[in-house]
Amino acid sequence: MTVETVGFWVVAAVLLASSLAVVLTPNLFHAVLYLAAALVATGAIFLLLAQPFLFAVQLLLYAGGVVTIVVFAIMLTERLVGQRIRQTSRHVVNGAIVAAAVFAGIAGFLLRSPLATPPPGPAADATIAIGRALVGPFAVTLELLGVLLVTALLGALHFARGEE
Amino acid sequence: MIGLSSYLVLAALVFSIGLFGVLTRRNAVGILLGIELMLNAVNINLVAFARYNGDLIGVIFTLFTISITVAEVAVGLAIVIAIFRVRRTVEADRLDLLRG
Repeated sequence: MTVETVGFWVVAAVLLASSLAVVLTPNLFHAVLYLAAALVATGAIFLLLAQPFLFAVQLLLYAGGVVTIVVFAIMLTERLVGQRIRQTSRHVVNGAIVAAAVFAGIAGFLLRSPLATPPPGPAADATIAIGRALVGPFAVTLELLGVLLVTALLGALHFARGEE
Repeated sequence: MIGLSSYLVLAALVFSIGLFGVLTRRNAVGILLGIELMLNAVNINLVAFARYNGDLIGVIFTLFTISITVAEVAVGLAIVIAIFRVRRTVEADRLDLLRG
């Protein structure tokens, strides 16, 4: 049992538990907090896969940005106290059956496919290579991403702005 | 040493949990949270393949999907707020404005 093995199982347990809590807890606000835990656990998985830069991006954009936006949306649409924030689920049995079937399909595919994985080489500092690739072969994609973010910002402003 | 299939099975589990949330939640914000979980599972897959194939393309693709997800969440929540203004509810079952 190396440190990586123990770390993987601990992080996997935290990720699965918080993911289940996101979809099962009746309190919507608690669900967002569990989602933050799940996102941080995903970032820890990136760390285990030797991608510290992605870990930082995950913390900044997901655990920082997305969770903040969702909390604001809940505060704008629900009252934080009282019964309104409690949410119920419907078709729980049907949903569980569909989700289990999808998982069985994916797992069956995984077990049948020969994943001949060579042991990964020593992890180099990937951040430099990521930066070179982003302004090299993927420069146009990066620019398009900037356009998309500006468009999304303007669209969100347009939708959320009240009529004056 | 953790094998590639461990990461893939973990991602499949998280994806299924997110799918369960999308199918069963009544609140539109809760459905969005389930979609977030599913997108996260896909990111785990991409990074795991990038690590075990020694190719950086998966990591760069993950960066792009994370940015697109953030944009999608911002627009989705703005739509939820706009719908709440009109209907005073965000329960997905009662949002039937387009039903003929």
